[in-house]
Amino acid sequence: MVDLRTEIAGVRLRNPTMLASGFLDETGGSLLRVFRAGAGAVVTKSIGPEPREGYANPTVVQLDTGLLNAVGLPNPGIEEFTHEVKEALTGNAVIIGSVYGKDAAEYAQVASRMEDAGVAAIEMNLSCPHAKGLGTEIAQSEEAVKEFTRAVKDAVDLPVFPKLSPNVSDIASFAVAAEKGGADGIVAINTVKAMAIAPELRMPILANRYGGLSGPAIRPIGVRAVFDIYDKVDIPVIGVGGVDSGMAALEYLMAGASAVQIGTALVDQGLGVFERVTKEMNSVLEDIGFKAVSEAVGVAHG
Amino acid sequence: MARLQIVPLLEIVPESHHTSTFRFRADFGGAAGQFVMVWIPRHDELPMALSYLGPVKGITVHAYGDATKALLAFRPGDRIGVRGPYGNTFRLEGEKVLAVAGGTGMASVIAAIEAFAQQGAEVTTAMGARTAEELLFVDRASASGEVHVATDDGTRGFHGFVPALAERLLQKHKFDQILTCGPERMMKLVVDMAHAQRIPVQASLERYMKCGIGICDACAFDDKLVCVDGPVFTSAQLASSRDFGGYRRTKDGRRVPL
Repeated sequence: MVDLRTEIAGVRLRNPTMLASGFLDETGGSLLRVFRAGAGAVVTKSIGPEPREGYANPTVVQLDTGLLNAVGLPNPGIEEFTHEVKEALTGNAVIIGSVYGKDAAEYAQVASRMEDAGVAAIEMNLSCPHAKGLGTEIAQSEEAVKEFTRAVKDAVDLPVFPKLSPNVSDIASFAVAAEKGGADGIVAINTVKAMAIAPELRMPILANRYGGLSGPAIRPIGVRAVFDIYDKVDIPVIGVGGVDSGMAALEYLMAGASAVQIGTALVDQGLGVFERVTKEMNSVLEDIGFKAVSEAVGVAHG
Repeated sequence: MARLQIVPLLEIVPESHHTSTFRFRADFGGAAGQFVMVWIPRHDELPMALSYLGPVKGITVHAYGDATKALLAFRPGDRIGVRGPYGNTFRLEGEKVLAVAGGTGMASVIAAIEAFAQQGAEVTTAMGARTAEELLFVDRASASGEVHVATDDGTRGFHGFVPALAERLLQKHKFDQILTCGPERMMKLVVDMAHAQRIPVQASLERYMKCGIGICDACAFDDKLVCVDGPVFTSAQLASSRDFGGYRRTKDGRRVPL
């Protein structure tokens, strides 16, 4: 039996899988259901200061190797959402609150209310590739990543994990900027900016035209990003992008991630995916001679 | 993964002044109770029940919003996008079945009415509409069993709401399964009657949806999702529900009274 427990900046997880933001995480009932299905932690939908409806449909395109979405950050606003967090906490879920805003002050304000509601850590959505003015521009400026991270750190007494965009030339330099801003960990990667067109209709499918690609198609991009980031920072990394099996999770761990997030795999595998990935990690690690997941972190760097 | 298919409309059948049925071929299956996400290009993508199964499928659409009104202007040959089929199905359990439908809810239950009849069950349909002209699939339901009609304005059949008509049928006959689809407050009355008489009941629910595939949480219903855990919910789920007949989620995810 491999020791699956992991700890990220003081947040203790029973296993290294987390629910990725944007999936089954807008309601307390869903967050709790995912936690009970075996996720080590659950990350909430990205929450802003005010309610937001998101984009018109179509918001999701299913592809052979992934999922393209432009849901557009729908959320009930932080005041309403604190009730959902509290509901999920009744079942002792380990919750990471994902936040966004139009400026550093809004990020800080929402993060602070998340802390009041009882989350274990804050994830900063700095990189939604398809919501204008909300994260996209921030993700393109190392200075802004540092400044926003600092603002949130100053507002809360919780670990803060900025989530970085892969839609930049050198993601590791953004991780360094986040670390300088006081980040306690890095989440990488957010979705890859992408598009799908319906030839018969001569138009992009998504109402927003652009969306973010997730799923197995982007896993090699995510693994490479985590590998680069691990070399440049001293804080833990949480890997996300196309994790759909224990083997995929181990790629991220060996690249340097202390935990992984799972989202798109829910479409095909349902809630059982967390248990399946955890079990497979356990048996593969046992096979190749590891006693704890923590021993596997970063070993691909040699 | 179920890929989006762009399909030409083969036939458009007006059912009433505000409702039409759109027929199309799609390269996927489908069972009674399931739905498809329908992309009305330039307007919206919406969940719609399959009112016809088989190779030439159908959706029956009440034009009440901008996108569905736009769809009513489509002509045969115009293309829509469809993906699915999604969701669970009506369970075809029971020998004496009562189907209770209100308005466009008939589009969800008609395939189940036919499937029950095909496997030899005795199906009684109680359908309601505001006025006679808006009744849906009377002929199809009649071909599968007895049909009782209610109209709010008394232009045909029972003058009143369909739950009251269903209540009369439940007093006179014994049923071992009830299906219902329609406005949720109507369904709540039907489900309550079913519970009181200890008859198994299945209700097909409707919620705002984005993804249709169980990830976005827009159609959260209690701790379930209408798109993958439903749209058909059964007696025990409905009896213990905090949301059924009372609450829905807005597009921004707030839980509000129906």
